[in-house]
Amino acid sequence: MKAVRKQRLMLLGFIACGVAIASGLILTALQENINLYFSPAQMQASEAPLETRMRGGGVVVPGSVKRDESSLKVNFQITDGEGVVTVHYDGILPDLFREGQGIVAMGELDKTGEFHATEVLAKHDETYMPPEVQDAIDKAHSGKNYSEKSEGYRSVNTKGTLAPEQKS
Amino acid sequence: MKWTFFHRMSSPKWFYDFSGQCLPWVGLLALALVVTGLTWGLLFTPPDYLQGNSYRIIFLHVPSASLAMTIYVGLAVTAAIGFVWKIKLADMAVSCLAPIGASFCALALISGSIWGKPTWGTWWVWDARLTSMLILLFLYLGLIALREAIDSRETAARACAILAMVGVVNIPIIKFSVDWWNTLHQGATIKITTESSMAMEMLIPLLISIAGFYLFSLFVFLLRLRAEIISREQRTTWVKALLGAHS
Repeated sequence: MKAVRKQRLMLLGFIACGVAIASGLILTALQENINLYFSPAQMQASEAPLETRMRGGGVVVPGSVKRDESSLKVNFQITDGEGVVTVHYDGILPDLFREGQGIVAMGELDKTGEFHATEVLAKHDETYMPPEVQDAIDKAHSGKNYSEKSEGYRSVNTKGTLAPEQKS
Repeated sequence: MKWTFFHRMSSPKWFYDFSGQCLPWVGLLALALVVTGLTWGLLFTPPDYLQGNSYRIIFLHVPSASLAMTIYVGLAVTAAIGFVWKIKLADMAVSCLAPIGASFCALALISGSIWGKPTWGTWWVWDARLTSMLILLFLYLGLIALREAIDSRETAARACAILAMVGVVNIPIIKFSVDWWNTLHQGATIKITTESSMAMEMLIPLLISIAGFYLFSLFVFLLRLRAEIISREQRTTWVKALLGAHS
């Protein structure tokens, strides 16, 4: 290889390495800011700011959803498998909201450790399947003690997302 | 080492002749796969157990997003080769790839946004995946603008190559953003090492659709590159002979 080409190749190599290292450092430094939401475990460990607008996310604990009879007020608990936080919300929930579903809520954490949400978004997981398959899975799990139809095959992993349950 | 193929391929005339032979086949195969994939996916696959029919946008969204990233990697590698070996054809390819990649990137962002409204409850959220994808779109637009802003073709090629190399760091960030950080966007559905988390009757049309989109963009790329070759080489004898033969 000619010397001048080698030089240009090395220049590109240096640029690529330099940019990679710089962005790696920046992203590591901004780790907390890039995360879209705080997990319940982080909120319980006081890692999340109090009375500041921020996002919290986790899986809605089955059986924890309590709706007010006369208004849109609703409260429920979210978990990431480690911590549990109660969320209060007054508004319309997204269509995909249900028990066992991952959600991300925007709002404030009060001093007692309860979360007051102004916006609730449903977090979808990466599983896609036809309804018949879901029915078959539900049938296979029907012997077990599940309260809601579609949580049967799901379990909660530490990231606060839903993962298909391991075959038992 | 056998560099003859490499040198021959980088000759605009050889590439023009060779691509002319491939073009109709690539176009036909792309058309067949896109039509099969989209018709099967949009009309004949069962609805999703949770999202119903709105998930069908995946047959457009995933191929576009995947292409937006793949085209960027291809563009950066071509630009680097052109930068080191000073190959004219490489620079022509870079200038043709940028608008195609930008279009697919925009398509991925728009289709994702349309899907996000009914599924998540919002059009847009500043999570790591969506933001890094938006940065990719800006990189593409930056590459197009940079080329247009510099009059000297050689300087423009060099500047674009360096910008393309700098931007390549964004690609692994997009890919792994959903694993590294908490995001609203879900993780990857199609996995290479483990079983994909999608039912077979949905996965097969999706894969066909992805293959079709890849071939379609190859087709568009070849079309654009051939036009670029003719335009930049118009003073050479072979192009004059070619144009003379046609007129």
